[in-house]
Amino acid sequence: MKTIKHLFGIADLSREQIEYLVNMGESFIEVNRRSIKKAPTLRGKTIINLFFENSTRTRTSFELAGKRLSADVINISASTSATTKGETLLDTGQTLAAMQPHVLVIRHSLAGTCEFLAEYLPNTALVNAGDGAHEHPTQILTDLLTLKQTWGSPKGKIITIVGDIAHSRVARSHLLAAQKLGYTMRVVAPKTLLPSQIERYGCEVYHDFDAALPGSDAVYMLRVQTERLTDSCAFPSIREYHEAYGLNAKRLRAAGPDCIVMHPGPMNRGVEIATDVADSLKSHILNQVEHGVAVRMAVLAALCGGQHEEKSTDSGKPLSDDKAQGSLA
Amino acid sequence: MSGTLLIKNGHIIDPANGIDTVADLWINDGRIAGIGSFEGEQPDQLVDATGKVVCPGLIDMHVHLREPGQEWKEDIESGSRAAVAGGVTSMCCMPNTGPHIDHAGIALQIVARARQVNLCNVHPIGAVTKNLDGKELTEMRELSRAGCVAFSDDGLPIWHAGVMRKALEYSASFGFMVIQHAEEKALTKGGAVNEGWISTQLGVEGMPAAGEDSMIARDIMLTKLADARYHVAHISTAGAVELVRQARKQGLKVTTEAAPHHFALTEDEVLGYNSDAKMSPPLRTEADRLAVVEGLRDGTIEVIATDHAPHHEDDKRCGLSCAAFGIVGLETMLPVSLELVRDGVLSMSDMIAKMTCNPARLLGLDSGTLSTGADADVTIFDADATWMLDRNKLVSKGKNTPWHGKQMTGRVTHTIKAGRVVFSDGVVHE
Amino acid sequence: MSSIIFDHQAVEDAIGHMADAIQGEQVHLIGIQRGGAKVANALQQLLEARGTQVCRGNLDISFYRDDLDTIAPNPEVKPSQLPHNFNGKTIWLIDDVLYTGRTIRAALGEIFDYGRPAAVKLAVLVNRGGHQLPIAPDLVGLNYNADPGCSIKLVTAGPWYIEQRDPSSAEEQ
Repeated sequence: MKTIKHLFGIADLSREQIEYLVNMGESFIEVNRRSIKKAPTLRGKTIINLFFENSTRTRTSFELAGKRLSADVINISASTSATTKGETLLDTGQTLAAMQPHVLVIRHSLAGTCEFLAEYLPNTALVNAGDGAHEHPTQILTDLLTLKQTWGSPKGKIITIVGDIAHSRVARSHLLAAQKLGYTMRVVAPKTLLPSQIERYGCEVYHDFDAALPGSDAVYMLRVQTERLTDSCAFPSIREYHEAYGLNAKRLRAAGPDCIVMHPGPMNRGVEIATDVADSLKSHILNQVEHGVAVRMAVLAALCGGQHEEKSTDSGKPLSDDKAQGSLA
Repeated sequence: MSGTLLIKNGHIIDPANGIDTVADLWINDGRIAGIGSFEGEQPDQLVDATGKVVCPGLIDMHVHLREPGQEWKEDIESGSRAAVAGGVTSMCCMPNTGPHIDHAGIALQIVARARQVNLCNVHPIGAVTKNLDGKELTEMRELSRAGCVAFSDDGLPIWHAGVMRKALEYSASFGFMVIQHAEEKALTKGGAVNEGWISTQLGVEGMPAAGEDSMIARDIMLTKLADARYHVAHISTAGAVELVRQARKQGLKVTTEAAPHHFALTEDEVLGYNSDAKMSPPLRTEADRLAVVEGLRDGTIEVIATDHAPHHEDDKRCGLSCAAFGIVGLETMLPVSLELVRDGVLSMSDMIAKMTCNPARLLGLDSGTLSTGADADVTIFDADATWMLDRNKLVSKGKNTPWHGKQMTGRVTHTIKAGRVVFSDGVVHE
Repeated sequence: MSSIIFDHQAVEDAIGHMADAIQGEQVHLIGIQRGGAKVANALQQLLEARGTQVCRGNLDISFYRDDLDTIAPNPEVKPSQLPHNFNGKTIWLIDDVLYTGRTIRAALGEIFDYGRPAAVKLAVLVNRGGHQLPIAPDLVGLNYNADPGCSIKLVTAGPWYIEQRDPSSAEEQ
């Protein structure tokens, strides 16, 4: 397997790499449940979380992930950074890179931020924590871990994703992951919230939520940014949106008893999700949050690690002192 | 310039006069003196053009020179140097300078500065509306007398249909041509690339083809209403080419130009967030590219013009969505256009016509021919020479090009302006 | 080239001797994934047959390795599971092969992230020498003096045995 140098998006990962990160994330769940939530994996590593957009949960998740692996973690948010003094994104990136962090975790409203910076920051591993409407890979790895724990494997399942697909980095990353891992995505939105030629991701496109529900194994509700969307004529009112595309208890029943509900958070009650559903699903949605820390630990560990070893033909692969020659040995 | 210059044994192509022959070109006192055999003559200066094409100096009718106002991006001198390095001896500069070319003083200043530089003819395009704000017409007659050869709010469309109608009617009263940057801003707002599969994958706002097509469709109806002359700048979509084709079939005075990047490249260039492939209108799909090529072939598109848009690297080095629109074009115009000849789309003569006599006719310029007595503006190029484009070696101040590191075929060897060799062997001669 | 250095009988006898030394009323056994966990399972079976109450646990020391800079994290990490409340108890840490001692160092680090045992004792099936840290086993099943560079493996597919692989044959793998 090819070593992962940066994490820009699901687009750059092979199926094997995705499974590697999800499996490793799964093993970190246990570390997070210990009374002493700390492993020395990343001791001596420095991680900078550079957030140009507000995000409590993703930033906290990355921060905990780094700290629980013993890395030194610094958080910088746009409001306190030099960008308010007119410094460019590139200058900010180069300045922080000059302080020699191992990993720079970046969230920015500009699609392609990591691709852009990587050209100028050759010695720093970059992690995309969400870039505009492009990708949000760690959210999707989190979801895949949740799905692994629920289903074993997402292969052959149908995930119905609902909301502002046009501006959703989560949707794009999921559409890419679906192609690589062999599950089906149904996208549900009015045409005003769908990007051009979305069907080329190999997904099924619905404008009618109720028609998309039967057969769905999971319903994935995207957060709707109401202020932005009513301004741009994407839909006429929250009332009409909720009626057409909101998830409520009645709709959930139509999907079948085994259908699970996912939400990347934070939820907008009364818009994309009704309170009765939100409350009944709370535990499941909080589960996703827990998995987020574990998966981000895996991502950070993978990026700080060296080369992958050649595959051993020894099926037993005992992790004895002896096996780890030249590495742990 | 006094003295004689003999260009020997070149493949002389002068589409305006239907000349396509291997011969000598005799220049005397800065003017074309004749085409034929000048064996035994003793010129003051001799250029051996064996194996090369000798044609009228190229005309680029769509250039941004950035002076006055943004001289760190380009100025009249650096732009003129870049022009002659690309074989261009006449160019039209767009009015989105600072201040804009919306009053005679600025036009006069630009013309005077260009004469001082004395490398390339510079013909300003006057603004259609004051401040390019789409509201009040400029003094077009006055601007014309100051040297403006056509009118445009380029960079911005004339979006208001009523203003556009009046602009067309008023300019038509004096025989002027209105050049439209056709872009329905309400459809392209926030866009950085063509709207489609690529914009969806990149997660970047797109600019739909309909944004260009709808404005051209409206303008064609207004052109009919006003019985005016209308020119579509940098046409880029299949729909737009078809609209212009149909309008011309109806006998309307509708013309258009294509930029080399729109017939040579597609939106695939922006994958990986390449801001050097960001321009307006954006690179489109392969189907659009092929439609532009077909428009060039069947004559719907009469002119090749570069939309040369130099920017400072600071304006490009900030990520795709934030980067400025535009690429430099003067120095890549000829090699990229030669691809059309190699692909059999155009004859060498037809390609040259689109960069010489065709724009001269639209703009009422004397240049673009090798007629006896005309100013001796001549370009000599080797159609087969191959070279690697290095952005750092561009003469223009702007280094923003999608062809960096690419192999180019066809290279200008000499540029002659009014009988004087202003560019040869890769060097601009002041 | 690989050669069997201890056959099935030798391995079985050694585990039997180890069980003799460990047995008591109640013991805590923690196996290191994966070879050590297998040895711990075998010991547990023997001890329980003799009436000893066994509290089992397993450790995966992947996240405690000291060589992340040179190799990527192991993708097949097994969760660590330690017996409840071993604070104040004596723990037997079990591994299959003891070589440099680095695995044991990592395992000790991980154990103390879970709690505070009264004592940790180390039992290994094979002590092959070549230690690089001041770590010595309290209980050894088999002693063997292996050349540095060659690999000693407990093979558990079928009847267990221990083989030695030369560096050249390891590369062929």
